[in-house]
Amino acid sequence: MDDVDAIAALQDPVRRRLYDYVAAQDHEVGRAEAADAAGVQRTLAAFHLDRLTEAGLLDAVFRRPAGRSGPGAGRPAKLYRRSAAERVVSVPPRDYRVPAELLAEVVEEAGGEEILERLARRRGRSAGVAAAGEAGPRADEGLEDEGMAAALRARGYEPYRDGTDLRLRNCPFHALAVEFPPVVCGMNLALLEGLIEGLGTTGVAARMDPRPGECCVVLVSKNNES
Amino acid sequence: MTEHHLAQLNVARLREPLDAPSMAEFLALFEPVNALADSAPGFVWRLTDGDADDATTIRPYGDDVIINMSVWESREALWNFTYRSGHLDVLRRRREWFLRMAEPSIVMWWVPAGRIPSVEEARDRLERVRREGPGPEAFTFREVYDPAGVTVEI
Repeated sequence: MDDVDAIAALQDPVRRRLYDYVAAQDHEVGRAEAADAAGVQRTLAAFHLDRLTEAGLLDAVFRRPAGRSGPGAGRPAKLYRRSAAERVVSVPPRDYRVPAELLAEVVEEAGGEEILERLARRRGRSAGVAAAGEAGPRADEGLEDEGMAAALRARGYEPYRDGTDLRLRNCPFHALAVEFPPVVCGMNLALLEGLIEGLGTTGVAARMDPRPGECCVVLVSKNNES
Repeated sequence: MTEHHLAQLNVARLREPLDAPSMAEFLALFEPVNALADSAPGFVWRLTDGDADDATTIRPYGDDVIINMSVWESREALWNFTYRSGHLDVLRRRREWFLRMAEPSIVMWWVPAGRIPSVEEARDRLERVRREGPGPEAFTFREVYDPAGVTVEI
């Protein structure tokens, strides 16, 4: 299935709700859970989840429910998670990946990280100022700031609360970050520092704290910092 | 379990001697980052000089070049420690403490599980990647080979 067909599979509103729900979870999702979240019958959810899997947008895995094994544990359940594969469609055809990789390589070869980070911070700041204008006056200047969460979501970071921190489930620069981790993750940190500064979310700081499979940056409350 | 482990050597040219004030922050990161490596999933071994818990006194490339060498259960294990742990922030700040090297500064290669590679062997591998570019016997994260010598798509 090509990229256009894969993305077209999301046109159906039920399928779109199911996909959005599964993609946003930190665990593999069963049919019943997905059906409840999308407000549809299980059989209908199962049908659409399998269509999304055929389109390569979700991965399906079979697992027994946690804590059960051996005879009598029942059949393994079919669980779904977002596929790691990237789908991109551009009309007319455009390719920004090749120049991005080349430019990242130049930064690395020339030792231009400091300049990149300065420019990224500046860019983040103006994006933050613009987003703050849209959000209007905000009462909360800590991690609960909804304006900040919206700005992060709009940039694809998929923020979620993890204890006292705000973590970012998705790396919007994933493919490039895998090729050039220190350059791209350093740029990302600077972008986010600038964004928070521009938003005026004064109680929050961005820190580099990478974990496998997530964005390299975590947002922490300045009050909690030692 | 696995028949092969992944060995790596990387070298870094110091901007100033390790006891210079500008290097203090880097030195302070040694202990926590080494501890992070030791407890990382898939960690097997790292080079130490016998006296201290690090390899900073081992300088086969001259006084201004420090090396580190380690062995991991898999490419993912080394990758996750290098780029998906607190170690990444040290890498991000590397220009503060190290000079850029024109030649490749990192090399990895497969060793039979259980065998600890020598510094001499590691130098040969780095020399090879510098001379011939990445290949099954000596490669980098940009171009990874599996133990059978087949390029791995990442």
